Amino acid sequence: MINTLIGDVGHASVIVAFVAAIVASYAYFMASRKQTEESGDTSWRTLARSAFYVHGFAVLAIIFCLFNIIYEHRYEYYYAWSHSSNHLPVHYMISCFWEGQEGSFLLWLFWHVALGVVLMNSGKKNKTWEAPVMAIFSFVQIFIASMILGVVIGDFKLGSSPFILMRDFMADAPVFKMDPNFVPTDGNGLNPLLQNYWMVIHPPTLFLGYAASLVPFAFAIAGLWKGKFTEWIRPALPWSHFAAVTLGIGIMMGAYWAYETLNFGGYWNWDPVENAVYIPWLVLVGGIHTMIAYRRSKQGLRASFILVITSFILILYATFLTRSGILGNASVHSFTDLGLSGQLFTYMAAFTVLAIALLVYNWKKIPATDKELSTYNAEFWVFIGAAVLCLAAFQVLATTSIPVYNAFLGFIGIESNAALPADQIAHYTKFQLWAGVAIAILTGTGQLLWWKKANKNSFKDAITMPLMLTLLFSSLVIILSNKFDIFPFKLDNPVYILLFVVSLFAVFANFSIILGLLQKKITLSGGAVAHIGIALMLIGILFSSGYSNIISQNNSGLLYSREFPDEINRDNILLWRNTPVQMDKFKVSYRGQFQEVKGVPGYVNKELLFQTDDAYTAIARGKIKVEDKVYYETGDTLELISPENTYYQVAYESPEGEFLLYPRAQVNPNMGLLASPDIKHFVNKDLYTHVSTVPDPNEEKDWGELQEYEVMAGDTIVLNDYIAIFNGIEQIEQVPGVQMAEGDVAVQAAMKILGERKEYHAHPVLMIKDQMMGRVPEVIEDLGVRITFLNIDTENHRFKIGVNVTQKDYIILKAMEKPFVNILWIGTIIMSIGFVMAIVRRNQEGSGGEGRAPKAKKERKAQVA
Amino acid sequence: MKKSHIIGIIVIALAIGIIMTTAGDASTYVSFGDAIEMAEDGNSTKVHVVGRLKKDEQGHIVGMQYDPMLDPNYFAFTLVDTNRFEQRVVYYNPKPQDFERSEQVVITGSMQQDVFVADKILLKCPSKYVEKEIQQNTAAL
Repeated sequence: MINTLIGDVGHASVIVAFVAAIVASYAYFMASRKQTEESGDTSWRTLARSAFYVHGFAVLAIIFCLFNIIYEHRYEYYYAWSHSSNHLPVHYMISCFWEGQEGSFLLWLFWHVALGVVLMNSGKKNKTWEAPVMAIFSFVQIFIASMILGVVIGDFKLGSSPFILMRDFMADAPVFKMDPNFVPTDGNGLNPLLQNYWMVIHPPTLFLGYAASLVPFAFAIAGLWKGKFTEWIRPALPWSHFAAVTLGIGIMMGAYWAYETLNFGGYWNWDPVENAVYIPWLVLVGGIHTMIAYRRSKQGLRASFILVITSFILILYATFLTRSGILGNASVHSFTDLGLSGQLFTYMAAFTVLAIALLVYNWKKIPATDKELSTYNAEFWVFIGAAVLCLAAFQVLATTSIPVYNAFLGFIGIESNAALPADQIAHYTKFQLWAGVAIAILTGTGQLLWWKKANKNSFKDAITMPLMLTLLFSSLVIILSNKFDIFPFKLDNPVYILLFVVSLFAVFANFSIILGLLQKKITLSGGAVAHIGIALMLIGILFSSGYSNIISQNNSGLLYSREFPDEINRDNILLWRNTPVQMDKFKVSYRGQFQEVKGVPGYVNKELLFQTDDAYTAIARGKIKVEDKVYYETGDTLELISPENTYYQVAYESPEGEFLLYPRAQVNPNMGLLASPDIKHFVNKDLYTHVSTVPDPNEEKDWGELQEYEVMAGDTIVLNDYIAIFNGIEQIEQVPGVQMAEGDVAVQAAMKILGERKEYHAHPVLMIKDQMMGRVPEVIEDLGVRITFLNIDTENHRFKIGVNVTQKDYIILKAMEKPFVNILWIGTIIMSIGFVMAIVRRNQEGSGGEGRAPKAKKERKAQVA
Repeated sequence: MKKSHIIGIIVIALAIGIIMTTAGDASTYVSFGDAIEMAEDGNSTKVHVVGRLKKDEQGHIVGMQYDPMLDPNYFAFTLVDTNRFEQRVVYYNPKPQDFERSEQVVITGSMQQDVFVADKILLKCPSKYVEKEIQQNTAAL
């Protein structure tokens, strides 16, 4: 039965949210007028607040309705049908939310509401900001709510509703013409690549970062609008930190997800979707630096305005890029086009024009100093740092926008065939590597100048120790890696050496600052901690990407190698089942296909599972035990967690011991082979392994001709080069997957086959069911044989066995080493800690109100000391 | 001249440098004919080519060569570009699994001798893009 109520409630809530946002925006606008403020009239503000709360509750109602539709498997709704399925676990139902564009807009709306409520309630002391800031907040909400409005007026479609019914979405489908109340029984399911725990938390974090970047923007615009050109910095600063850290963590979560789930062999692919978030993050971090410089020396106010506004506009641009479909061929994972590009463009253009107009109009009024900064002035280096960050952002932006230039030129009638660089990694690295070098140098020297008194001699004193440590430590690493074989790389590339040395210097310089602050005021050291994190991330990226090493090189170069023998990397090797191959210092062998079974830790060999008609259940063919603990007995029914995924057991043997990896793959009917790596973590490197190709499981196996053998109990035969012993037969009561009735008889043959690694037991079954002869052959995938029990000659005690042979199972595998990738993750965590420390500190400063001045003085004193 | 002006000039110069390099690095969508011409001129820049797989009258793909037993890192096929020019393409990687089902293929690489050596293959599969049809099928189940 179609439940239209829940969708109607949801759709009505969207409309309420949209209207309430308009009311809140207008009322806050009225409340922020000078005459309203001066008259002490709070009625507009009260109205605005109520409207914003109504808006907030409406957003919650939309979320509730949409989740209910997914949770209750209401497939009459397109959203549930296209993003969910019956077997989807609850935690992935949350991910369904943001697989679709509408749900991710909803998430964005939600975070704005949450932050808006915080802002309304936290600014108790500083009421003056609430009205203008919230006016901008509500104004943004109008635009985002309009994206999911789903209202059609004539030919004009405003937004795409998540509550559209299947029958309305595809009104042409014959099934709905026959029966308008038809409800599909199962959904299309969530994209298997998104079925990963990181995908449950990565999008909310990223969108919280998106939402948080609106706060400094709103303060900046409110400052321009109300003529408070300097006051906005203080409340905006902790929020800028918050936005930068959530965005940064969100980006890195995405990177880690890509590392773990996708198989391009790394964490960053310079895909436009990744770049789209990286660009505003860089600019926002640049903005934080100019704001902090302004707080100390009253310089850089205009730059702060520009950078804060730009970072928000770049977030809108990112939204436009990933959602409008403009990237087309250029990106593998942007959203599908919902026909919202016009609306998205309007959203972006409205705020760009508004912000730039306000800025230009007030430009002359923004205080600026003509004071020249000396070279030993920390602010000078902070501004250079911000400039480097912006240039780095500009470079990524210039390249990522290539599809946009094409579209724009096409729009004005010029045909353009520009494409993204063929080797994107080389292209971006060429610039970003040097940006990294510059940033590392600047964080070191800039921080030292910032905290030590800025003159030549004290600076020399401060820099000596970190420099000496850097030289000592880096020469040690360079010598050890080149002359001795203790690292998984040889640090001999001069550019890499440079990046390594300057990053080390940044670590030591910032560490010396922390040591200095330890005795004074450790809470001030957030900046130093964050900078250490960044420097460690640079080191981690340098080693893990610069010295990423493919160890599955296939040098056996066979038939085709004549063509271009030298230039081609042969990165994949073929592994036959149970045939070890030497790879680097490992002896690698592929040992079989495994599955995840509910209630059993690790993976269970498919040979132990008898598949039933329901893909999600199987019957145990033997005891299922892990480390002596028996989880299931023979014949038990098991629940499979994800039958579409196969885990390929790959054993790595080396003199130091053996370990197993289970790279995963599934052949998806819509998306082809989806392979995810399995990663072995060592202290100094990760070993990253994924399958590149597997034999198509949907293709019928090509069994060779049937060979018949007549045997007696105890006979030995040779099958496909393996020795097999026929032990005899026994009667059995049950045949897995077959309903035995009275009068049915089943016997199984017991055979033992001696494989390379172990003995295999085969039990082909011969049965008489309903007066008919039935046979259940036994397939031993490891050996590539199928054994059928053909007949019994009861008089002579002879048995007829049929054997078919096929090609053995194989996988094609790629494996690589990622040295010191751990340093990248550790650096990320340290950077986040530093940011959080800075938020706490800036927040105290911000709420300190007039108590700011003496504190700032104290800071200075600390620096003097 | 003030220091800040000098810095400003440096920043602008760097920005211009970035734009120039980006323009230089940017690849182009071309036909095989252009790619061959480029190779003959000694220009080894990598290009993008959009095309379809060569098929016979029955719709079977022809000229696809992949035998993992012989060499898992060698995959060759024939691509027909928008000018209906047929070209042999070699890809030194395993064959992408859903290759046969692709509607359109975008390859990146360059001509080397008489074959196009691709280092990236992007497939456009019908299911991903013409979602509506598939939906009808499933809905009708």
